[in-house]
Amino acid sequence: MFRSVLGKTLGFVGYTVTYGCFAHCAFEYIGEFVLCSGPSMEPTIVNHDIVFSERMSPRLCKIQKGDIIIAKCPSNPNINICKRVIGLEGDKVCTSSPSDLLKAHTYVPNGHVWLEGDNLKNSTDSRIYGPIPYALIRGRICLKLWPLHSFGSLSERPT
Amino acid sequence: MAQQAWRKIRMLVSGIIVGVSVLTTAIDRLASVTLVTGRSMQPSLNPEGGSNCDVVLLNKWSVRNYEVQRGDVVTVMSPKNPQDEIIKRVIGLEGDLIRTLGYKNRLVRVPDGHFWLEGDHHGSSMDSNSYGPVSVGLLQSRASHIIWPPHRLQRIAASLPPNRGPLDDEEEEG
Repeated sequence: MFRSVLGKTLGFVGYTVTYGCFAHCAFEYIGEFVLCSGPSMEPTIVNHDIVFSERMSPRLCKIQKGDIIIAKCPSNPNINICKRVIGLEGDKVCTSSPSDLLKAHTYVPNGHVWLEGDNLKNSTDSRIYGPIPYALIRGRICLKLWPLHSFGSLSERPT
Repeated sequence: MAQQAWRKIRMLVSGIIVGVSVLTTAIDRLASVTLVTGRSMQPSLNPEGGSNCDVVLLNKWSVRNYEVQRGDVVTVMSPKNPQDEIIKRVIGLEGDLIRTLGYKNRLVRVPDGHFWLEGDHHGSSMDSNSYGPVSVGLLQSRASHIIWPPHRLQRIAASLPPNRGPLDDEEEEG
């Protein structure tokens, strides 16, 4: 009787480990579901939206200008940020606000990207903390899943 | 007969799928090994140079919460090239004041969520002295042991090199 309990327990543990590993591989190499919070990407993504972020594009270095990405926060690795890529390495980006008379520009260094939220008035992004290393990018948001009335692909940057 | 062969093929395929997933998860989350190339960590790593490179054990589990100590040898994704994984020593953590070697500023206060990395061989190392503090989000693993060649089998000690480390605030130059 003890042997059968032991056998069943080991079997259960084996299944848990196996399915845990499948889940890890799926979330790490295919994509994951993300609950977004905060106002920085309005109106494209609003508080409590659920989106799907695919994990292959950053690994293959296929992130393009205009993509919305999830990245680790440069000043706190335990939280993630969701912003739009405005400039890739070598691009010239404008760092001054539209109201400034003198326009200031900077070039994005090698291995970095320049991020901005769509809600420029309420977004902490590269205009504050500078360009972030490309390797901090975790995934590219390709689909909005919730709420259902805005299901589908995400819109371009509002002008 | 055909059914038995089909069963065997299915078992083999599912065995391979399970094996690959478990191995991938272990390498991503627990530990892996890597060959150290380059001279930036001499003499601690690769003292014999290109002919006989060290193989080190990388512990990913210990850095799952991004906890590192000063003196640890760690691997990070390079801020200059997202495909490159580089191995350096942690000299300072967030909030530390560092006297730099050849950086654009002589004194640097390491910002939140960053750390200061240096190779032990300062003449041959592209590290924080070139590109500044590195975001902790780029941390991949801690190098815990040298496992090859056999005569170099050892634990990699977490120790700061002489005269490299954070300054006490009293030493700050006026």
